Amino acid sequence: MSRILEVKGLSKTFIESDNMQVLYDVDMHVDKAEFVSIVGKSGCGKSTLLYILSTMDTMYEGEIILDGEKLSHRTQTELARIRNEKIGFVFQFHYLLNEFTALENVMLPAIKLNKFSKQEIENQAIERLKILDMHKEAHKKPNQLSGGQKQRVAIARALINSPKIIMADEPTGNLDQVNSEIVFGIFLELSTKFDQSLLVVTHDLEFASRTHRIIQMVDGRIV
Amino acid sequence: MIGSGAISSIAIALMKAKWRQTMVAAMGVMFGITMFVTLLSFMTGLNKMLDGLILNRTPHIRIYNEMKATIKQPIIRARVTETHFIHSIRPKSSFTNLRNSGAILRNLDNDKRVLAVTPRVSSQVFYSIGRTNFGGSLQGVDVLKEDKYFHLNDYITRGNLRDLVSVPNSIIIGKGIADLLLVDVGDQLDVKMPDGRVRSMKIVGFFQSGIKDIDKVLSYTSYKSLQTLMDVPSDHFTEIYVNLHDRSIAPAMALELADMFDTDTEDIVRANAQFETGTKIRSIISYSVGITLLIVAGFGIYNILNMLIYEKMDTIAILKAMGYSGSDVKRIFSIISVSIGLVEVLQV
Ligand SMILES: Nc1ncnc2c1ncn2[C@@H]1O[C@H](COP(=O)(O)OP(=O)(O)O)[C@@H](O)[C@H]1O
Ligand SMILES: [Mg+2]
Repeated sequence: MSRILEVKGLSKTFIESDNMQVLYDVDMHVDKAEFVSIVGKSGCGKSTLLYILSTMDTMYEGEIILDGEKLSHRTQTELARIRNEKIGFVFQFHYLLNEFTALENVMLPAIKLNKFSKQEIENQAIERLKILDMHKEAHKKPNQLSGGQKQRVAIARALINSPKIIMADEPTGNLDQVNSEIVFGIFLELSTKFDQSLLVVTHDLEFASRTHRIIQMVDGRIV
Repeated sequence: MIGSGAISSIAIALMKAKWRQTMVAAMGVMFGITMFVTLLSFMTGLNKMLDGLILNRTPHIRIYNEMKATIKQPIIRARVTETHFIHSIRPKSSFTNLRNSGAILRNLDNDKRVLAVTPRVSSQVFYSIGRTNFGGSLQGVDVLKEDKYFHLNDYITRGNLRDLVSVPNSIIIGKGIADLLLVDVGDQLDVKMPDGRVRSMKIVGFFQSGIKDIDKVLSYTSYKSLQTLMDVPSDHFTEIYVNLHDRSIAPAMALELADMFDTDTEDIVRANAQFETGTKIRSIISYSVGITLLIVAGFGIYNILNMLIYEKMDTIAILKAMGYSGSDVKRIFSIISVSIGLVEVLQV
């Protein structure tokens, strides 16, 4: 099985706030088509870990290999490109841009990728929205959508550039039972039907138990 | 590198959502600059007007002969061994005309630094109509040159300076004189010379200098008329006005001329020292107020832009999470800033 993501000896200290160490020597990996969940108490460092893995934070020690590429010692522009091409990110709060329609939000990462024509990008975006059953809402602005619908648009956006891995930080944390179920169903479908690798942080143990593998964190360490 | 079309379409979409704030920011810039320009033009205009009020009418150099006691007092010629008491030597002549005016005029006409030279002759007179009469001063001027270089016509409220040339024996009197004597343009006015001769002159206009004490005593006529009236030769002048190409050399040149022609001279800088200071202070005030205004406006704009960007911190984070680089984000916000600038330029 091929490794999509490999983490070796990752440590993180917030120097600006009293040298507080948040992550201690974390080793972990995600394989192709694998659906991995990270669980742990609030404040144990899950978001911090995911933020580093998504290349948004570069102040860490240790090694991260994403799709065979080392992430350390790279310029911000290179990291932005890696993020754009290889990582789809879903936040706890949907984080759509209210100035754009659902369709335009989904198209934004592909516009940055700059690989396809505008028309092709639009077709791909509608395709992704169809997977999430959101194509009928394509031309609505985010503030005309419900929380669950917004999160589905955000997932469609994460999918647009066919990323190597989707990372999600408590994607259902802000949703009711029904919508959580829908979003979780979509993640499962993505991993089984589309061989999508997923790394999802959650505090919902029931949710986690249905993933392929659970990574348990306690106070910045993996147990 | 991502196409600039995509970047600008993102910038436009972000701006549209905050259209009002964008407009306010643009209006702020516009207001600041408009006020700055208005204030400066106002102050510049005021300075020009005040300059005009005094400096336009003041020659750069005035050549004249002060009525004063002889410098070589008779005591100097007396022998030292004896004791003499001589005091209160009276001035030699009541005329203060320039003795070698012809030479001075010719010399200055050929001087490359000189823009214009115009002679004046003046005399004490009595204005009388019916039984009323009172003293004043009559100036004989070179009408065409005075108008061209000293803007005399600007202060003529009725009639025209050129009428002094076309109408023989004519006079332009101060508005104050006209009010005192109850005369109007077209009336005849008797002008009495110090030696008692009287000449009837036709009033062709009024002038108003803005300084009441002047308007109550001064009148203008052509120098030829006045020379005839005074019964003096045609090279009898009391003053010569000199305007230079470069005003700043006036003090040095005034001294030089005084030396060369053995007369008294006065330059515009010395004559209006307090006035130059006033001009300088007004400029300083207007510039400091203007710059303060710009700074205040600048802070306002900076604040609004800051707010715009602060509100967009989420947007920036989202764009970055999607893979937009720092330089992409910078370009997006530069486009927004430049657009605000452009809107402002269009408004002004
Ligand atoms: N920017 C930061 N500066 C300083 N400390 C931080 C920062 N972000 C998070 N922390 C601290 O790091 C610890 C882990 O936070 P986080 O990763 O958000 O936990 P979790 O997502 O597991 O709830 C917490 O104690 C938090 O206070
Ligand atoms: Mg968290």
